[in-house]
Amino acid sequence: MTSVAAVSERSEARVARRERLRLLLRSPSFLIGAGVLLFWLTCALLGSRITPYDPIFDQTSDLSQRPSTEHWFGTDRLGRDVFSRVLAGSRDILLIAPAATLLATIFGTTLGLITGYFRGIADDTISRVIDAVLAIPLIVLAVTVVTSVGSRSAWAVTVVIAIVFSPIIARTVRAAVLGEAQLDYVEAARLRGERSHYVMFAEVLPNVMPPILVEATIRLGYAIFAVATLTFIGFGLQPPSPDWAVQISDNWQFLAEQWWTVLFPAIAIASLVVAVNLVSDSVQQVLER
Amino acid sequence: MSSTEPGATALHVADLDVSYRVRGKDRQVLRGVTLEVARGESYGLVGESGCGKSTAALAIVRYLPRNGAVSAGSISVAGRDVLDLRGQKLREYRARTVSMVYQNPGAALNPSIRVGSQVAEAFTVLGVPGGDATDRARDALDRVQIADPGSVMRRYPHQLSGGMQQRALIAMALAKNPELLILDEPTTGLDATVEAEVLDLVSQLQAELHTSVLFISHNLGVISKMCSRVGVLYAGRLVEEGPVGTILRDPRHPYTVGLLRCIPRGGVRKDHGRLDTIPGFLPSLGAEITGCVFADRCALADDRCRAEEPRLDKITPVHASRCWHHDRAATLPRAEIADLELPAVDRAGAPLVELAQLSKVFKQRGHEVHALTEVSAAIWPGETLGLVGESGSGKTTLARTLLGIVPPTAGTALLEGGELPTRYQKRSREELRALQIVFQNPDSALNRRHSVRRILLRSLKKLAGVGGSVAETRMHDLVERVRLTERTLTQKPVQLSGGLKQRVAIARAFAGDPKLVVCDEPTSALDVSVQAAILNLLVELQAEKRVAYLFISHDLGVVRYISDRIAVLYLGRLQELGPADVVFEGPHHPYTEALLSAVPTVDGGGRDRIRLDGDIPSAASPPSGCVFHTRCPRKLGAVCEETEPPLVEVEAGHHMRCHIPLEELRRLQRAESQPMAPTA
Amino acid sequence: MLGPYATEEAVAAYNHEHGTDRPAVVQYVDWLRGIVRGDLGNSLAPPEPPVWDVIEPALVNSMKLAVFAFLIVVPFGILGGVFAGLRVGRPTDRGITVVGLSLAVVPEFVTGLVLILVFSIWLGWLPVTAQWEPGAGALTQVRHLALPAMALAIVLFGYIARITRAGVVEALDADYTRTAYLKGLPRNTVISRHVLRNALMPTIAVIATQVGYLVGGLVAIEYLFNYQGLGLMVLQAAQQKDFTLLTAGVLVVGVVYLVVTLIADIAFALLNPRIRFQAAE
Repeated sequence: MTSVAAVSERSEARVARRERLRLLLRSPSFLIGAGVLLFWLTCALLGSRITPYDPIFDQTSDLSQRPSTEHWFGTDRLGRDVFSRVLAGSRDILLIAPAATLLATIFGTTLGLITGYFRGIADDTISRVIDAVLAIPLIVLAVTVVTSVGSRSAWAVTVVIAIVFSPIIARTVRAAVLGEAQLDYVEAARLRGERSHYVMFAEVLPNVMPPILVEATIRLGYAIFAVATLTFIGFGLQPPSPDWAVQISDNWQFLAEQWWTVLFPAIAIASLVVAVNLVSDSVQQVLER
Repeated sequence: MSSTEPGATALHVADLDVSYRVRGKDRQVLRGVTLEVARGESYGLVGESGCGKSTAALAIVRYLPRNGAVSAGSISVAGRDVLDLRGQKLREYRARTVSMVYQNPGAALNPSIRVGSQVAEAFTVLGVPGGDATDRARDALDRVQIADPGSVMRRYPHQLSGGMQQRALIAMALAKNPELLILDEPTTGLDATVEAEVLDLVSQLQAELHTSVLFISHNLGVISKMCSRVGVLYAGRLVEEGPVGTILRDPRHPYTVGLLRCIPRGGVRKDHGRLDTIPGFLPSLGAEITGCVFADRCALADDRCRAEEPRLDKITPVHASRCWHHDRAATLPRAEIADLELPAVDRAGAPLVELAQLSKVFKQRGHEVHALTEVSAAIWPGETLGLVGESGSGKTTLARTLLGIVPPTAGTALLEGGELPTRYQKRSREELRALQIVFQNPDSALNRRHSVRRILLRSLKKLAGVGGSVAETRMHDLVERVRLTERTLTQKPVQLSGGLKQRVAIARAFAGDPKLVVCDEPTSALDVSVQAAILNLLVELQAEKRVAYLFISHDLGVVRYISDRIAVLYLGRLQELGPADVVFEGPHHPYTEALLSAVPTVDGGGRDRIRLDGDIPSAASPPSGCVFHTRCPRKLGAVCEETEPPLVEVEAGHHMRCHIPLEELRRLQRAESQPMAPTA
Repeated sequence: MLGPYATEEAVAAYNHEHGTDRPAVVQYVDWLRGIVRGDLGNSLAPPEPPVWDVIEPALVNSMKLAVFAFLIVVPFGILGGVFAGLRVGRPTDRGITVVGLSLAVVPEFVTGLVLILVFSIWLGWLPVTAQWEPGAGALTQVRHLALPAMALAIVLFGYIARITRAGVVEALDADYTRTAYLKGLPRNTVISRHVLRNALMPTIAVIATQVGYLVGGLVAIEYLFNYQGLGLMVLQAAQQKDFTLLTAGVLVVGVVYLVVTLIADIAFALLNPRIRFQAAE
């Protein structure tokens, strides 16, 4: 009897998984988000191979042209084709944002595990520091760190975002670990003489993975947000990168005269963050079911 | 059923089908339930978790969850059809006709509104103007025997104890003098003495107001105390119905028979007359069942049972059973072999574990909470020491101190004569493997990301120090011992039922051949039928391995069944310690006496209960003198308030902390009641 | 400060005068001493005014913008959240949640640019910059603040709505809500008296955490609308490597955050009897 029930419960679990996938694939917000994301990923991978004009150097065309059949999104002050630049503009951000998120997740998770598991003085100290860091608005913090570091390379931006995001992730992980560490299996592990690092990484970590993953997808959206904002105020990516925020930063002073050089990259940024957000939100919806 | 004229019945449910829509499929939870509660009657609905008893209650008050719906049948309360009430009519029905009180009173009261205005609301909704409503609320609280209702009304729910909260809810429910009062596990989760008070209150009010009651519980003892008629629900089907006495004495459905045999009761002890179990599992939610719902688990079932569903047939005019073989139900073969040879405990030898003057003081927001005060006890190899006490008594702290999770403030624990380091981190592998634990909640006790195989192999590695093929062999051996199947090994805890999870947890504790296993309420999260199987397993393992148990439970029946000796804790102090029979048969400590008489049992009866007044005092400010004097019904006088009595051995092996001499207690307790055990 | 072409002597003299040739630790301790005395130091940028003289007007400006944005977003956010929570799982709910969250992740400067393009450049209704002429009346100030405040409101709406919604959903599922319904109370009473009171508690806590962002975190918005608030001040200090002003600015932002969080904690405790009485007992 045991086995019969077990088998049915087992296939039930499998059915539930398949059901989740089916729900995901039927969710319009997921499909739209994933579609847009896939589009920008493709553009980032193929780069100048698919753009009608060279996104960086082509200056032969007329300067500051309105959108036309030849230049769908017009041209900028240097005569570069805005459509080509928008297509090519996803590359840097799609590299930096995920890399920064990954770094922040790894660092924040470790920090959160340690503070949540050990409690005591280590927790108090690190948590106070985290609180202090979180009291400073993100962009202000990033600006301060960039200024102190003194470098504005893509690599530096990645590290800065990672540093700024780590405490946020650490806090989420800590809360999850605190709840988890109350559970009896953790006590059972200690009572069989397990060492702390085993309990933390082999027992607790697998159980707090779902909130970590959710947090990471949310952070990815905000990483894009942060990189773009930093770039816009001049503390992030620098020309000649065809990055969308670089384009906006270069052209927004001339918004009244040539709106197309700003509006199209702006829409591109919005589409990317919204797409990431739609995907992470629908995944959460399905997981919570 | 002849008395169906309108107005004669408080509740009439006919052929009720309720289903829940889960993952796109309708799953039937109630299957054609028909029952009737007469005016002024108290009807009990009993069943294990998942049988649909709460669903029935929610359908009656029209508060099914969003995914639930009544798909067939009818419900009428006081002659009025309930199912097609809408809007204002439905509100009127809830405001004037029906009331419901449920489990977990702390959550049922709004945390941010004062108790007084919440109770008053029940009157304003009837059209009573504001000021009057407040007065009526005060009277209502007075009626549920809340002392100083004026001050209680100004408080917020979290400032009241669980018992007080439930009284306030009962006051609210009775505000309208309802035609039907539904009580859904109203005392589950409350301490025994508090539960007894609440139940007494309900009985008394019901007698005064002639309220019709539908009482829902998993606890047959509570039902037998509170109700005159009972219906047994299994998998959404009413399988048996009749007067409580008849059902308990002469059950005619194999499920009822099995259920009654699962309950530890009078004269049944681990070494003779063992508990029976019900094999198999409840059908999954919404399963398609042709034939009898219980056929899969029934030893009497034949082809007809599987093919054709029996009707709810009358055996006598008042007793009905849904079984083809109701005449043979009592002959249901036992699923468990009867007696078991348990090795005798040799108390002349050295004890396995000694607790010497253990004290624990927690610091909480500047207060000192005395969780344990100078507790001394010994446990010999192969015996079970039952640990009994209400919440805040310190029983879990005692266990955690022994295990080294909570270091004691003073005192020591000895294992086979050697002093144990106070923290588990400092203990050797030998010491760790010797003392293991089985937790209350199997869901939290097992890592839900690890397979059973991984859980067991890891324990074998750490506790027994074996790996590779030796560990494999030992694992298979363990699995067999705890009666799991090999298939379980690859599964994760979510895929297992509560009982199976608890077996895995037991296997884990036994991986290193422990000398003592702490069982911290190991069956209180489980249904009775599963509980019986787990208790039997623990006893078998004890017979086989001569392991000792420190068995913590609030369920006195369970403790008596499994324990050789029993320790009674109150506010962190040992009040009584002695052989199980002696502690249960008396003469006992006044607290033990009150505790025993508080528990409603299946074979209980018209004994006068010893009443305890008020709530358990806080361990942060324990009473002076004897800590029990504030509630003690046998208090002598000033001496009890001033001097704490010592724990003395009043007779061989029987220790007690009371100013009243043993002979005096014997005389008092014999005079007031016949045998005092819950077993009667 | 001296430009890239300053001579080494000039740099050394400058550094000595400002004490920047001393070890970093000494400088830091010195600065801390000043903070304790309430002296934030002087700006490094000529004419080297006391830092507080620079910060104070910026702080006032930031607060104006923050309060304005709050007045717009809090009612809408709560309303949206309550509305979605009461219709949980239905299209209205999904709509509000998805749109709100999507707007919340779009960088403020993107939203701001689109608003400028539409309302200032194409429609010509509102001014492009947020900075008003000195001595401008309240109405003019409001007109100038309208666009940046709107951009902020758009970003914050989804956030506040989401927390409110979660609170409402939880309260609706709570046993005490069932108790209220089973008393026979009408739906409106149940919601206004029993559900909302508990549902809005997390919202209050969350709104407070957003104040830190609103006062000082608006670097991109203030830059875009050329508004002399704390955010723009911090940005300019960073551009000029004016570390005294930068650290002081960051410090002030942190203090504002702490003060507001404290106020919110007190408000939270006043609304939540469980905490209020815990403190008293």
